[in-house]
Amino acid sequence: SMPPRPPPSRARNSRGINRRRRPRRRPDFPTPRGMARNKEGLVLLLDVGPSMHRALQEVKNVCTTLLRKKLVFHRSDEVGVVLFGTKETHNDLARELGGYKHVLVKHDIKVVDEETKNALENLPRGTAPGDFLDAIVVGLDMLIKRFGDTKAKQRLCLITDAQHLLRDPPQGTKEDQVDTIADQMKKHDIKMDCIVFRESGVQHNSVMDENDRLLYHFRDRSVAKVVQVDTPTALLGALKTRNVLPVTIFRGDLEVSSTFKIKVWAYKKTSEEKFPTLKKYSDKAPPSDQFASHEVKVDYEYKSILEPDTVVPPDQRIKGYLYGPQVVPISSAEWEAVKFKPEKGVKLLGFADRSSIPRSYFMKDVNSFVPEPGNTKAIVAVSALARAMQEMNKVAILRCVWRQNQANVAFGVLTPNISSVNNVPDSFYFNILPFAEDIRDFPFRSFSSLPPSSQPTEEQQEAADNLVKMLDLAPPGREEILRPDFTPNPMLERFYSYLDLKSKQPDANPPPLDSCLRRITEPDPDVINYRAPLIQNLGKSFELKENPKVKY
Amino acid sequence: MTVSAVKEKEKEKTRPRVSPTPASRRSSRSPPTRRAPPLVQYPDATASPRDSRDQEDSPRLSADQEGSRSYRKGSPRTPFFPARVLVPAGAMDLDPEGIFRDDSDEDDDNLHEREANKEMVVYLIDASPRMFTPANAAKPDEKQETHFHTIVNCITQSLKMQIIGRSRDEVAICFFNTKEKKNLQELAGVYVYNVTEREQLDRPDARLIKEFSCVEDSFMNNIGSRYGITSGSRENTLYNALWVAQALLRKGSVKTVSKRILIFTNEDDPFGGITGAAKTDMIRTTIQRAKDAQDLGLSIELLPLSRPDEDFNMSLFYADLIGLEGDEVVQYVPSAGEKLEDMTDQLRKRMMKKRKVKTLSFAITNDVCIEVNTYALIRPTAPGTITWLDSISNLPLKTERSFICNDTGALLQAPQERFQLYNDKVVKFSVRELSDVKRVSSHHLRLLGFKPLDCLKDYHNLSPSTFIYPSDEQIFGSTRVFVALHSSMLRLGRFALAFYGTPTRPRLVALVAQEEVISSSGQDEPPGMHMIYLPYSDDVRYPEEVHLTSGDAPRATDEQIKKASNLLRRIDLKHFSVSHFANPGLQKHYGILEALALGEDEMPDIKDETLPDEEGLARPGVVKAIEEFKAAVFGENYDQEEAEAAAAKGGASKKRKAIADAASQKSAAYDWADLADNGKLKDMTVMDLKTYLTAHGLAVSGKKDAIISRILTHLGK
Repeated sequence: SMPPRPPPSRARNSRGINRRRRPRRRPDFPTPRGMARNKEGLVLLLDVGPSMHRALQEVKNVCTTLLRKKLVFHRSDEVGVVLFGTKETHNDLARELGGYKHVLVKHDIKVVDEETKNALENLPRGTAPGDFLDAIVVGLDMLIKRFGDTKAKQRLCLITDAQHLLRDPPQGTKEDQVDTIADQMKKHDIKMDCIVFRESGVQHNSVMDENDRLLYHFRDRSVAKVVQVDTPTALLGALKTRNVLPVTIFRGDLEVSSTFKIKVWAYKKTSEEKFPTLKKYSDKAPPSDQFASHEVKVDYEYKSILEPDTVVPPDQRIKGYLYGPQVVPISSAEWEAVKFKPEKGVKLLGFADRSSIPRSYFMKDVNSFVPEPGNTKAIVAVSALARAMQEMNKVAILRCVWRQNQANVAFGVLTPNISSVNNVPDSFYFNILPFAEDIRDFPFRSFSSLPPSSQPTEEQQEAADNLVKMLDLAPPGREEILRPDFTPNPMLERFYSYLDLKSKQPDANPPPLDSCLRRITEPDPDVINYRAPLIQNLGKSFELKENPKVKY
Repeated sequence: MTVSAVKEKEKEKTRPRVSPTPASRRSSRSPPTRRAPPLVQYPDATASPRDSRDQEDSPRLSADQEGSRSYRKGSPRTPFFPARVLVPAGAMDLDPEGIFRDDSDEDDDNLHEREANKEMVVYLIDASPRMFTPANAAKPDEKQETHFHTIVNCITQSLKMQIIGRSRDEVAICFFNTKEKKNLQELAGVYVYNVTEREQLDRPDARLIKEFSCVEDSFMNNIGSRYGITSGSRENTLYNALWVAQALLRKGSVKTVSKRILIFTNEDDPFGGITGAAKTDMIRTTIQRAKDAQDLGLSIELLPLSRPDEDFNMSLFYADLIGLEGDEVVQYVPSAGEKLEDMTDQLRKRMMKKRKVKTLSFAITNDVCIEVNTYALIRPTAPGTITWLDSISNLPLKTERSFICNDTGALLQAPQERFQLYNDKVVKFSVRELSDVKRVSSHHLRLLGFKPLDCLKDYHNLSPSTFIYPSDEQIFGSTRVFVALHSSMLRLGRFALAFYGTPTRPRLVALVAQEEVISSSGQDEPPGMHMIYLPYSDDVRYPEEVHLTSGDAPRATDEQIKKASNLLRRIDLKHFSVSHFANPGLQKHYGILEALALGEDEMPDIKDETLPDEEGLARPGVVKAIEEFKAAVFGENYDQEEAEAAAAKGGASKKRKAIADAASQKSAAYDWADLADNGKLKDMTVMDLKTYLTAHGLAVSGKKDAIISRILTHLGK
């Protein structure tokens, strides 16, 4: 007779001890492993000229976070560091062609490692006014030399205050020069992120106007994105530190009716960057095993209640669906035959007043509907609808089934996103709305029916009014403070710096939140001091007492 | 109302939580040096984790796959279901669904609220003849409805909701002023309604809902209606009803269970028929009865129904019974003459127990720190949980989890340390260190400042909002500060930016003041503030900038916008309200389960309310507006051009055909049946295996194992 088969659990365990391990890659021996499609080549162009000295710490911080995330998620990305506005000059172009002064290649384009991070330590305080056009050309040259026509995505990232007069080109205008550079960038499919950092209170002058115009000219040539920030905290949030490949969740028709359909693509507009999922650690490997993975496998076994020692094989398991106190057993095939199967498609139900949809009803992260790229008719149709909706204060109600076999329909609201940039088409935002089952109508007591002891007096109301007026985060004449789009996640920032610290000092405690990040979790102390009388007044107007009966 | 309540309970169980994602289950079988699957994913907005689980399981559930082929498209709508044994879930230990939950939502204490206690409710329904008189002013051709009917409908609706969302709560249904009596105390005029296989106070089940929904048909014959409190009789049916309700609610501690008695009646003066000392005496004892119940922690609530000719007068008796003070009474009473639907709405709202999620301290300045409660008014309701059963006995399976060291194969205790590969180095963290690093703020909710409402963009959203309402329970004066701020923010058109420092998911939030909105069906929007979770910079993407046009992007002309405006006016959803759309997937899910739980053969037909109104869209005015807009943006001959373009594109389908032909040729070179019989499929390359799939029009997706199993299935092996 046949020998008894080992119980399945043992069988799986023995497969777990897998000795076919590849040695982990050593830093000096870069071998891109099948990730070329998503691999990025990046050159940081950092202005270290005199007017930037105050911001160098934040410049370093934001770039370091970017490198740290690459060391976790994009190990094969390559990064170079170029400083400009330096006293010294060190770059290929200066050597080969002359000129390109005060541009220092601090770190050549290489796979990210400890050295790349070190290149950002102790950024030198430059002595020359920075010329960002020179720096862009140097960075471009580095990328083209390193990657040529390979498929790697290439990007320049410029951080400058763009305050100083750029040198005149030997021939033509500065605009012509930008055009030439933009043509090169297009040819090699290189994109650029420009972050212009000028602290609030800096007086605008004609040089800045010209510089801004040149940077926006890059944008108009569709090779760059330009953002302006005026606080160190916003600078930290201005650079995308995590590269995400945009992927459509739907491509197809926005069906206004059966005879009129507009071709659209849908993307994610917001998506929460989660705390990374750490692996469970096993300390069982002998210290001598330098290739130990330290990973832990989790095994699940399903056992019968009647015979607790018997493992029930997968084909003997059936799903039980809870209905109140009952469990209804249904096999996958049965469920498949009867379950809800909506047809793929995005259909318009109609248009409604914007006021009929409370903002608080938005349920999830947000999608973006863009017209099919290159389809002029679709771009115009979306533009016409979006602009009509904007003018009439209307929204569209949609029912979306992104793909066949989707378990349910997504029901939501389309709102216009009128583009303010010439080469960006108009588009829509899409927010999921709740179904009837998702809404709970709890009654709450009207404030008007509260007893007088809970109603504010005139004086108290005035104190509150003043607070709301004065603690203004969107003061006229400057950028909105703590705009979500430029506010980094303090928890993640802290985690990645802790991760870096721990890689050097395994016993380290979490570092304190640095002052830029504390501006996100607490009110700005400068503002609080400035508004001290107002705040004290509020405290004086209202009397708060702890209830002695309840333990707090 | 949501399943999250139940899920939450599961979470709170003391057993160690197990929660691999399907992905991590997969990776656990792969060799140790493999990297984790790419972390950047674009999960579909509406995909539930269960979907991926289905896909994950399908290759293994070969028995099911066999079955699936017997239901072909042309087969009758209702497949044959074998007789099934229903399993009572309560008695057994069911927590296997925990293992499917995503790691990430472990932290989500915002999305899935923590509801600490379950609820036990006794519905006390007045069944006196007065409840069976017409409730609405008579109109000749209209069907006369009674208050009794309204209440039965409301309770049925509520039970259905409860089974979806809060199926652990327990209910008892009890009529008073009945001819028959049925209660443990043998008290007259009180009838505890129930169905077989169910305790009197128990979780609602399919049979209860089904039978109770048509209780009216047999009510007069089986239970009967009469006036209970009459002169000359010493009976007090209301007293009896309270006594029975209190006895029903004896089980469970009030510390962990919220216990409620809901009285439904249209009689505002139950003791109006009697006079003298007997009356005073009865009122006194009844109120004392209620007080005693309240002292035991039971809450007594009244759902009064006004009759067409007169308002329900609380002050006659019920204000004293439930202990209301002056201004509270006003809030309680619906006015007469309201539409019956509005009354149903009000009842529905009031039947729901208001559950707070948390109490927070809200620091407005360093000195002024107030107390607020948070409520989850909007949360996605997911289909209920799934448990694994033994398909032979239909008994639940016990899930056992074990940790195995990947390097040595040794069995481990639950590992206490986590690690992250960083710069190819293993960096270890203790669980404690991880929770410390996440704690970035010492306050619950910290005000940062104010912004005009238009700074809150449509894309500044990540998850459902949370409602906040002040409380003076711990800090006196909180409400006053909150009301003042609320009023200033509304008047100045500003929202507050605040930092919400939860220990697991600290977020920047917008606090948007909500003005109270009242309509004929009661409070539509409560006064308070909505807390909206804002994205951080790395949560925002710029898909609209992915495809820049090389020159200026085309924009609509004024004429085109005018045509679009006309279209908007034509396809206008008047009086649109979000709350009118039922979730078709969920309704179908529970419709199927209800039918199966009741042993019905017919599968329910669920109306999908989210489909467009085809009839309305076919009206000539609408069609004309659509055609005009279409011509304005697409040109007059668009359809023709498209047809021609499609014909020209035939190339693509030709190409596809060529690939299929090539695959057929290649596939024909193998003797598949022979390869399968000799177990040689696994030695072939995936590319070669796929030729078989392409040639036979089968899906080519999946891993090698899945592909082989698909080929074997197709070969009938």
